[in-house]
Amino acid sequence: MKEIELPIIETNTKCFHCGDPCTESVINFESHSFCCAGCKNVYEILSQNNLCGYYDINQTPGLNRKIAIADNKFNYLSEDAVAQKLISYKDQEITGITFLIPSMHCSSCIWLLENLYKLNSAIRSSKVNFLKKTITITFQHQQTSIKELVTLLASIGYEPAINLNDIETTGKKEENRRLLYQIGVAGFCFGNIMLISFPEYFGLDSITKASFSKLFGYLNMVLSLPVFLFSAKDYFTAAWKGLKRKFITIDVPLALGILVLFARSAFEVITETGIGYFDTHAGLVFFLLIGKWFQQKTYDTLSFDRDYKSYFPVAVSAIRQGMETTVPVTQLQIGDRIIIRNNELIPADAILMNGNASIDFSFVTGESHPVEKVYGEMVYAGGRQMGSTIELEVCKKVSQSYLTQLWNSEYFAKDYQSRIQTFQQKVSKYFTIGLLITAFGSAAWWIANKPELAMPAFTAVLIIACPCALALSSPFALGTAMRILGKHKCYVKSPETVEHIARINTLVFDKTGTITQPSSASISYHGETLTEEEKECIASLAAHSVHPLSKKISKIYRQSQHKITGFKEVNGKGLEGIIQHKHIKLGSWKYVMEGIAEKNHLMTEKGDSSTKVFILINRYVPGYFLVQHSYRSGLKQVIQKLKLRFDLYLLSGDHDQEKTRLAHYFGDEEQLFFKQSPEDKMRFIEHLHQQKKYVMMIGDGLNDAGALKAADVGISVSEDTSHFSPASDVILDASVFEKLHLFIRFSKNTLKVIHMSFIISLIYNIIGLSFAVQGTLSPLIAAILMPLSSVTVIVFTTICTTLFARKGGLA
Amino acid sequence: MSVMYILIGCSLLLAIGFLLAFIWSVKSGQMDDDYTPSVRILFDDFGGKKETNQEKNES
Repeated sequence: MKEIELPIIETNTKCFHCGDPCTESVINFESHSFCCAGCKNVYEILSQNNLCGYYDINQTPGLNRKIAIADNKFNYLSEDAVAQKLISYKDQEITGITFLIPSMHCSSCIWLLENLYKLNSAIRSSKVNFLKKTITITFQHQQTSIKELVTLLASIGYEPAINLNDIETTGKKEENRRLLYQIGVAGFCFGNIMLISFPEYFGLDSITKASFSKLFGYLNMVLSLPVFLFSAKDYFTAAWKGLKRKFITIDVPLALGILVLFARSAFEVITETGIGYFDTHAGLVFFLLIGKWFQQKTYDTLSFDRDYKSYFPVAVSAIRQGMETTVPVTQLQIGDRIIIRNNELIPADAILMNGNASIDFSFVTGESHPVEKVYGEMVYAGGRQMGSTIELEVCKKVSQSYLTQLWNSEYFAKDYQSRIQTFQQKVSKYFTIGLLITAFGSAAWWIANKPELAMPAFTAVLIIACPCALALSSPFALGTAMRILGKHKCYVKSPETVEHIARINTLVFDKTGTITQPSSASISYHGETLTEEEKECIASLAAHSVHPLSKKISKIYRQSQHKITGFKEVNGKGLEGIIQHKHIKLGSWKYVMEGIAEKNHLMTEKGDSSTKVFILINRYVPGYFLVQHSYRSGLKQVIQKLKLRFDLYLLSGDHDQEKTRLAHYFGDEEQLFFKQSPEDKMRFIEHLHQQKKYVMMIGDGLNDAGALKAADVGISVSEDTSHFSPASDVILDASVFEKLHLFIRFSKNTLKVIHMSFIISLIYNIIGLSFAVQGTLSPLIAAILMPLSSVTVIVFTTICTTLFARKGGLA
Repeated sequence: MSVMYILIGCSLLLAIGFLLAFIWSVKSGQMDDDYTPSVRILFDDFGGKKETNQEKNES
């Protein structure tokens, strides 16, 4: 409880460091204004070290530092076991370490972080990867420690995110580089083989000597070897893997085509019967790899496979044998006493033993108003304590908690596969069968009629029908679609996801945080009319509280210019103060009526304290503020558009007080389900699956994680995409929620483009096959037809997809 | 026409040189981050005056 006299608040000054308006107090330092001590401290550190260039590159580049970091927050980094896992390399002098820094956001950040050596002389170098938001630091470990580094980073506003997942990760960088090597080699060979094959195409060999022909043939073969053995290797292994599991994937005809191309060409060169199709062979592999690379668009800063481990801290303070020690959360035992400080996450289901808990469950439910808990109450894992330090007793292990046990379900198993087959998967089976029938059929026909042409015809069919164009149409259409969606802040996990979106027919929404806006609630006043003066007084009283609800109330009326005396705030209950000789109390019914026995008409409307804020002016209650979630802008239009074409459902963990309001949007109360546990949500999706529905789940918190994963497409709506989202297929920036129906329609159109380009590639195949079955496929025709069909398909899909995006309002 | 042998040899050697250069660039991590270097080049020793001017012009 605090009792102070407060100055009148100015709101015009902007903080030099973070650019936020200085609402509470202004700190003037070296002719600059700062909104809080945190921001001033950062400036002080930087100016002492001649690093003020930070403020020259961008205006107000810093992040708000109002929430101070506890001194002992990074104590766990002194533990060797934890530290060892973070280090990427170490020799006698130097240690290298990479941190993820989520708050990195502009070029000033890069500049400052790469000048870290000026702040700590033990740092040898620091290198930023902005897209991945990582910093790699090398330092002399005899002079400084990891804990000191992290503390330094945190002190200038770049606190690294260190969590359970980091400690168990391995890089996938190698795979990415491998593809680049493969493309490089294939491109090099393709270009040179083309060059060497030219004389043959133009019939120049007859003018010069025949000896060149032989040399060129062998040269081509040598150049094709690395393509065949290295660049195309993945297609053989993928085809083989598929066949072993009795799947005919697109890789089977591709691998067959590549193999036959090489074998027949080598045969022709060795027997001196021709020059082979080496150029087609290298070109095919080159184009295929380009397609693979194109669809490999990844969002480095986003993570689609996060589980609770990504959010839970590595270690937590616990009391063991009367001493406060740092314990890795994985080793927490039932009965352990843990200490949670301001802004720390509760890692396991626990019972509150000491202190005032005000828990923010926005990670879990999307609800941003803190929930108050009292002694002896159960607090579920995943909540974040706001306010003073609390003490809890662990009653379940981390992996067994109410929330985390979701991850034990089958959907989180590694080999869980989507029910939806992509177009390519469906088609390639029939395509391969058709191809083999044509190949063997033409071989059989030639054996009966002209046996010496059987082999050429058979191989030519396999070569020309190699579904290069088909294999390219999906990557390019989907890759383009992914890029367009990404540009509109709809981040898709993989190309297949775009196809999955195109196939859905049912949408399921979560309520809190998904269709409601967590940061803004609409506040309306109910009761007797207030005078202007009363309104002003209420607003300025509320402005002095840090509670999010008070902040909102303070903004609905103009604030008065009068001083407040006797200001008091009781955490989680309410606040009071005397202004203009009026004693005003704001808060729960119980709080404002404390010590007052008077009865009035509002007595019956006590209501839920979290949704109603009562006003008491000089011992009289004129009315209350009703707090309601405001729905996202454009929700009504989106729902109306979607309602026409899809089945819509709503699942909420809350009580059904908003039922009638929501029914107005969704049309029917039967589509709304309330009081759903995380488990219920997941089962509901399963239930829809059984009705043969293809489901898209739109959620936001960890409590939707099961349903998001179980659905055919899981979309997590996120206010800050670099910060938080449960495992899902799509991460949708909350600001573009109103474009959801456009995204779905665009995905459906992309699928159409794939169908059309399939027809184009079939036409090319039929032309080629007509040569092939007659046994008259010359290397020149193959060399023209293959790249021509590939380029047509690439150009067609890319342009068509872009056009559809324009037409669909996603230019 | 025997000069052709030499020419082909030369062209292949040259191309292999470029291939090796590409492999080296991938290996040394130049393809891992295609954004940060583009910003880094704008910082001179005193803290990126160019960047400020550019941004001022834009706004």
